[in-house]
Amino acid sequence: MSQLPQFTPILPELIIVCLAMILLIYGVFRGDGATRNISWIAVLGLLVAAICVSAIPAGKILAFDGQFVVDDFGRYMKWLVLLGSAVAIIMSLGYNERESISRIEFPVLILFATLGMLMMISANGLISLYVGLELQSLSLYVIAAFQRDSVRSSEAGLKYFVLGALSSGMLLYGSSLVYGFSGTTSFTVLADLFKQPATDPSVGFVVGLVFVMAGLAFKISAVPFHMWTPDVYEGAPTPVTAFFAVAPKIAAIALFVRVLMGPFGELFAQWQQIVILMSVLSMLVGAFAAIWQTNIKRLMAYSSIGHVGYALIGLAAGSEPGIRGILVYMTIYLVMTIGAFCCILAMRRDGRMVENISDLAGLSRTHPMMALAFAVFMFSMAGIPPLAGFFGKLYIFLAAVDEELYTLAIIGVLTSVVGAFYYLRIVKLMYFDEPAEAFDKDSNREIGVLMTVAAMLTAFFIVFAGPVIDGAEAAAGILFSG
Amino acid sequence: MTDWPILSLVTFLPTLGAAFILLFIRGDAADVAQRSRATALWVSLSTFLVSLLLWVDFDTTTASFQYVQKIAWIPSLGISYHMGVDGISMLFVILSTFLTPICVLASWQSVQTRVKEYMVAFLVLETLMVGMFCALDFVLFYVFFEAVLIPMFLIIGIWGGANRVYAAFKFFLYTLAGSVLMLIALLTIYFEADSSDIPTLLHHSFDPDLQRWLWLAFFASFAVKVPMWPVHTWLPDAHVEAPTAGSVILAGVLLKMGAYGFLRFSVPMLPFATEFFTPLIYTLSIIAVIYTSLVALAQEDMKKLIAYSSVAHMGFVTIGIFTLTQQGLQGALFQMLSHGIIASALFLCVGVVYDRLHSREIARYGGLVHRMPVYAAMFMVFMLGSVGLPGTSGFVGEFLILVGVFQVNSWVAMLATTGIILGAAYMLYLYRRVIFGKLTKDDLKNMLDLSPREIAVMAPLIVVTLWMGIYPAPFLAVMDASVANLISEHKTAMEAIKAVSLAAR
Repeated sequence: MSQLPQFTPILPELIIVCLAMILLIYGVFRGDGATRNISWIAVLGLLVAAICVSAIPAGKILAFDGQFVVDDFGRYMKWLVLLGSAVAIIMSLGYNERESISRIEFPVLILFATLGMLMMISANGLISLYVGLELQSLSLYVIAAFQRDSVRSSEAGLKYFVLGALSSGMLLYGSSLVYGFSGTTSFTVLADLFKQPATDPSVGFVVGLVFVMAGLAFKISAVPFHMWTPDVYEGAPTPVTAFFAVAPKIAAIALFVRVLMGPFGELFAQWQQIVILMSVLSMLVGAFAAIWQTNIKRLMAYSSIGHVGYALIGLAAGSEPGIRGILVYMTIYLVMTIGAFCCILAMRRDGRMVENISDLAGLSRTHPMMALAFAVFMFSMAGIPPLAGFFGKLYIFLAAVDEELYTLAIIGVLTSVVGAFYYLRIVKLMYFDEPAEAFDKDSNREIGVLMTVAAMLTAFFIVFAGPVIDGAEAAAGILFSG
Repeated sequence: MTDWPILSLVTFLPTLGAAFILLFIRGDAADVAQRSRATALWVSLSTFLVSLLLWVDFDTTTASFQYVQKIAWIPSLGISYHMGVDGISMLFVILSTFLTPICVLASWQSVQTRVKEYMVAFLVLETLMVGMFCALDFVLFYVFFEAVLIPMFLIIGIWGGANRVYAAFKFFLYTLAGSVLMLIALLTIYFEADSSDIPTLLHHSFDPDLQRWLWLAFFASFAVKVPMWPVHTWLPDAHVEAPTAGSVILAGVLLKMGAYGFLRFSVPMLPFATEFFTPLIYTLSIIAVIYTSLVALAQEDMKKLIAYSSVAHMGFVTIGIFTLTQQGLQGALFQMLSHGIIASALFLCVGVVYDRLHSREIARYGGLVHRMPVYAAMFMVFMLGSVGLPGTSGFVGEFLILVGVFQVNSWVAMLATTGIILGAAYMLYLYRRVIFGKLTKDDLKNMLDLSPREIAVMAPLIVVTLWMGIYPAPFLAVMDASVANLISEHKTAMEAIKAVSLAAR
């Protein structure tokens, strides 16, 4: 009985892989002059893929001998990732042209990275997990070093590669232990393994689990595996940093959630403490280390570490509201981060990027609208209502309180106060200080449009909070329906 | 009763005005400034007039919420946009809408930089204040309660004095640190009672042990806002550095938010913990009344002196709330309104001389009565109101509080009364040093008396101060039913808890 496997579930992935290869060939023939066209086609392809994600029949679908899964949780996360990647390509257009690194490989690499992320989100086995993760990581290493004439960019790429390889090694080692002690790589079988109340995992299995978690923690840059983040964020070209801060992070969080809630769901008691510890440390490092930063990209790196800490609170709750909280949080995080990086991309003076926080001084006088948008993102990241960021935190803390994780919730809110300090520092520079020299009048329309849209979404999230949360609710429910 | 959503109108009218200023007022700088001022004034005045309708149609015989509006907001969590006022909150809505046009008018000339943004900030602030007093869903309440920080942070930080950055950060972080703990408490309540609806929660009885924790979390937030000793230190800094109108809103409305929180959450929802912690509140309030009065005596800076006097007066308010007697509670509410008017007016008085001489130092002044008789007279009314002279609003509030507290604890009453004496001392001392004495300093000799605009700012405040002092009945009538209901509910709840603990034995 030989028949072709079902291809419908992987339709978005197929579109992206075909598009990436066609664009690569097209680009080779047309040369770097075609980059702008290729980029827009890639964006279009990503959006088509996003439409296809919703076109796949509803419910939970397994494909390829159970190695690949599509469910509402995956759909939701794929939308976010595809959106993040599409926006990252648009953001890179103007920047790459001005820095004369506008090469055709850039959009193609982002497509391949996105393909890896979609694969990660849909992984239902240790093998498919690793394949997706590596496809993503290898593309990202190259993109990090894309500005190859710049020492900083090359250094960032190399650092990312070495540490990323280390984390992949840990992940593989953990996977091999898990396989060795359970005899399977399939998430479905692993999940059933501990369903019987009496079966306790062996020590080797738990060690394997810990290594897998450590490997994944690298990818989401949770403390204590966060060291690469500030250096890579600072060194990589700014649109790449923006891309790193959104798409791979969301995909890695999705993977982290799926692995822990799926195959290892019954081992909640074992991994909960690790997640709590990582969450607390991430929040603390994210809040305190950012205070002394002077480079805006480094500051965003620590800020993203802090945000991962908050998202992990939802995972530590291990409940449906917790997962819903993560989904809402990551959605809002995506919008805020894109917006903030649009502002950072607009920080150009005399044709060169400036990255010091002090360069923002008096922005409210020189560029009032940009300052307003940036202030909205900063207040939102600090979690001040009525902006979107508050609702992200609200749902996370809601889940924590529901599971009676009071200590974690209190640490969370208190670090958010510390975090508010450095976000406010940026607002202070923009609004209270005397203006520095004005930035270049930005001729880049895409950035302006993205910034405006992101600011609107952040500021008026309060109005349409209902639909977003209902969507997240449906997506979270699927992880618990079995 | 009207069936159109009057509360939402009062709440969001200022925001519409702000949006209008932001989007449609453009052109050269002087023109923009003038038109922003005018728009802000008209918007805030019409908001005030609309809000007066609330009072006209208010039913004083019932304790239930009026002008209620409820729309599903986040259905999956059962959170709704629920607005309504009762006898406790209604007058604060009017206080907020009353003070905003006064602030706009008071900043007419003293604010010359970035006028457009300034007016937008004040109108947004008005929306948030009014919304906070009207919200009947605690998520909505929290959104308004916290969001107030943003415009206030900007107002202090952009248009404030020399040390404004420090003051703005201190204000923001102090209040935020308190509020986030309240958020955790609110979420706990949400799971305990399975509702975020305030009227529903008012009838929910919580486990006594849990009540203590919840009460402490609420206390962390409200005590900072009130502010109570020892977490009051942000207030003098914020007041001193804020522009005059910012101080007016801080003293007039923002401080009331903490006391309002006690009345809306701590006292009715957590009756057991309220009784349990009453000694703590009394102790802290008495320290606030006596200690900050003494501190006020030693101040060299006019605004700082009034800021400390605010802490002392709010100490009276917290004592009054926790007496849980009809007189004490009504006195506390009345004192909040009265302080909202008088402290605001005193800050405006300081603003008047500050605009002329750009100094708040008491020693820089003296003998102003010779050059500014109208100013001296108006200042005197407010100064005496702050002291609590019969015939001014200050007297009614303090008297009722003392009557209430005497029924419960005469020691507290006695110590609180010393605060009134000290209050008279520092206010009269301030007045003597600034207004009387010989006019020796040269730059004071050509100071001008109040301009018609400044008189227009002060006059309504004088009218209200005297009205509240001479004929307080209309104000007290609004509160009567709600306060009586609060007390009877509290008694029922306490009896229920005692019955349960007796049965357990």
